[in-house]
Amino acid sequence: MSFFFEVLIGGLLSGVMYSLVALGFVLIYKASGVFNFAQGSMVFFAALTFVGILEHGVNFWLALPATLAVMVVLGLAIERVVLRPLVNQPQITLFMATIGLSFFLEGLAQMLWGANVRGLDLGLQDEPLQAIADATGINVSKFDLVAAGIAALLVSSLALFFSHTRIGRALRAVADDHQAALAVGIPLQQIWAIVWGVAGFVALVTGLLWGARNGVQFALTFVALKALPVLILGGFESVPGAIVGGLIVGASEKLAEVYLGPYVGGGIEGWFPYVLALAFLLIRPEGLFGEKIIRRV
Amino acid sequence: MLYREAGQFKTHYAADSAILPIRQDRIAMAALLVVAFVAVPLLASPYLFSAILIPCLILALAALGLNLLTGFAGQLSLGAAAFMAVGAFASYNFVLRVPGIPLLAAFACGGLMAAAVGIVFGLPSLRIRGFYLAVATLAAQFFIIWCLTKFGWFTNYSSSGVITAQKLVILGYTFDTPRAKYLLVLGIVAVMALAAKNMTRGNVGRQWMAVRDMDVAAEVIGIRPMRAKLLAFAVSSFYCGVAGALYAYAYLGTVEPEAYSLDLSLRILFMIIIGGVGTILGAFLGSAFIVILPIVLNMLVGFLDNTLHLNVASSVASNLELMVFGGLIIFFLIVEPHGLARLWQIAKEKLRLWPFPH
Repeated sequence: MSFFFEVLIGGLLSGVMYSLVALGFVLIYKASGVFNFAQGSMVFFAALTFVGILEHGVNFWLALPATLAVMVVLGLAIERVVLRPLVNQPQITLFMATIGLSFFLEGLAQMLWGANVRGLDLGLQDEPLQAIADATGINVSKFDLVAAGIAALLVSSLALFFSHTRIGRALRAVADDHQAALAVGIPLQQIWAIVWGVAGFVALVTGLLWGARNGVQFALTFVALKALPVLILGGFESVPGAIVGGLIVGASEKLAEVYLGPYVGGGIEGWFPYVLALAFLLIRPEGLFGEKIIRRV
Repeated sequence: MLYREAGQFKTHYAADSAILPIRQDRIAMAALLVVAFVAVPLLASPYLFSAILIPCLILALAALGLNLLTGFAGQLSLGAAAFMAVGAFASYNFVLRVPGIPLLAAFACGGLMAAAVGIVFGLPSLRIRGFYLAVATLAAQFFIIWCLTKFGWFTNYSSSGVITAQKLVILGYTFDTPRAKYLLVLGIVAVMALAAKNMTRGNVGRQWMAVRDMDVAAEVIGIRPMRAKLLAFAVSSFYCGVAGALYAYAYLGTVEPEAYSLDLSLRILFMIIIGGVGTILGAFLGSAFIVILPIVLNMLVGFLDNTLHLNVASSVASNLELMVFGGLIIFFLIVEPHGLARLWQIAKEKLRLWPFPH
C-alpha cells in the first residue's frame, strides 16, 4: 500500500509541474482567446536564457531578474509584432501563428545559447525527505515538494493579483467580454501586453523548475504537449481547472504506467493522459471547470 | 483583355455546373496537365523529382484530405500524420499478408483502413468542438504511433522498426525510377483531387460546409451532423491514408513510425493554412510552399556562406532556417490570412479587368 501512495504522491507532485505549464496557456487563452502553442518554446527559451546568463559568470540572483526582464520583453514583443496585426482573425489562424512563433523561438534560443544539454542547479537535491520516509515509509522527493510549494505560491499570488488589483479586475473583464471591456474604457492592448508579460514570467518559473529537474534541453519544448490534456481536462478558461487537471493527469499517468503499463508493454505515459482526457470530454465536453456553452441558432 | 468570359454563353445546364466555366481556365488547366504529365517528365532531373516534385504531390494529397476535414467540415485535426501512418502500415501489411494483391488495391485498402480508424477518432467530434477537438485528435497522433512501435505484428517483427517498402509493381511494370514514381503519384493525386473537387461541389460538400458554419442550424434544416462529421473524418483519413502509403512507397522507400511524427501533422496543417483553408488549390500551393521553403533557405544559407565566406556553422544555419521558417509563416499569416489561394483569386480578378482600371 505504501508503494501505491508513493506513486500517487509522486504523480501528484509532477502533476503540479504540468499545472504550471497549463497555467501559462490558460492566462493567455482567457484574456485574448489565443491558444498559445508557443508556451513550451517560451519555457525552453526562459530556461536556456537563464542558464546562458549563468554561464557568463553572472550571479544567480542577478541572472534571475535579467532573465525575467528578457521574458517580459519577449512577451511584449510577441503581443506587439505577432498578435496585434492578427486581431479579429479566426482562432485557427492565431493558433497557427503561435506554432510559427514556437519554431522561431526554438531557433532563436538555440542560436543565442547553443543547443547542448545543460544542467541547472537550483541548490535542491532530488532526494527523498528523510523525516517523512521515517514516519510513514513513503519516499517523497524534496525537490518535488519544493517545486510544488513554488507552484502553489505562484498560483495563489496570481489568484490574488487577479482578484484584488485594478489590473487584475481589468484582466477578468477582458476575459469575460472583449467588447464590453472596451466599452467601459479598459485599454485592451495594454491588457494583452500585461498578459503576455505575465505569461513570460510563468514560463520562466516553469522553465527553471523543469530545467532543474530534467536538464535544460530541447525536450523542454515537449512539456507543452504534456499540458494539453491538462487543459482539456480542466477547461481552457479556468485557473483552478489547470491545477486540478494537472493533479489528475500527473497522478493517473504515473499510476497507469506502474499498474497498467506492464500488461501492454510500457511507455503508455505518452498517450494515456490524452485518452483519459478524451474519455472525460465525452461526459463533460467543456472540461471540469470550463464555461458551459449554450448554442443558439 | 485575354482573360474574360464575354461572349461565352451557356446554352445547357451541364455547362452551367462545369468545374471550369470559363474557356480560358479550361485551356490553362489543360496546359497545366500537359506540362505536368509530359513536359516535366521529359525535362526534370532526378533530384527535382525525388526531392521536390514527389514530396510536394504526396503532401498535397494529405493536405487535401486535411482540408476536406478542417476547411470544409470545420473539424480541426492535429493527427493527419497518424492517419498517414495507418495507411502506410496497412498497405505494407496487405501486400505482405495477402498474396497476389495488386498494389493499387493495397493502397486503397490502406486508405480504407485509415478511414475506419479515422471514424473511431472522429467520434469525439460529435460531442466536442474547436480546440478541445484539436487536442483530442492529438490522442490519435500519440496512440497510433505508440501502437505501431509497440506491437511487432505491424512491422512484421523487424528488429529496428524500420522496414523496407516492397517494390512498386503494377501490372508487371516496376516503378523504380524517380520519373516513373512521379508519374504514378501524379496520376493518383490528379484523380483524387478531381474527386475531392467534385465532392465539395456536391451534396456532401454542402452538408460539410453547413455543419462547419453552424451545426445547430444545419441540423435544423435536416442535415444529420453525425453522418456529415463522421463522413468527413472517413474521407479525410482515406486521403491521408493513401498519401501515407505513397509517402512510404514512392518517397521514403521505407515504412517507419518515426516518419509520421507530430511534426509532419503540424506541417500539413501549415500547408492548408498557408495555402488557403477550404480550397482545393490551396492544398497544392501550401504544400509547394512548405516543401520548397526549407530547400530554398538551405540553398540561400549555403550560397551566402560561399560568397561571403562567413563560415556559418551548420548548427547556426539550421537554427537560422528554423527562425526564418517560423518568421515567414507568421509574416504570411499577417499579410494574407486567407492563404495563397486567395492571392490567386485576387490575381484572376485583376486579370479580368486588365488593362482597364475598372
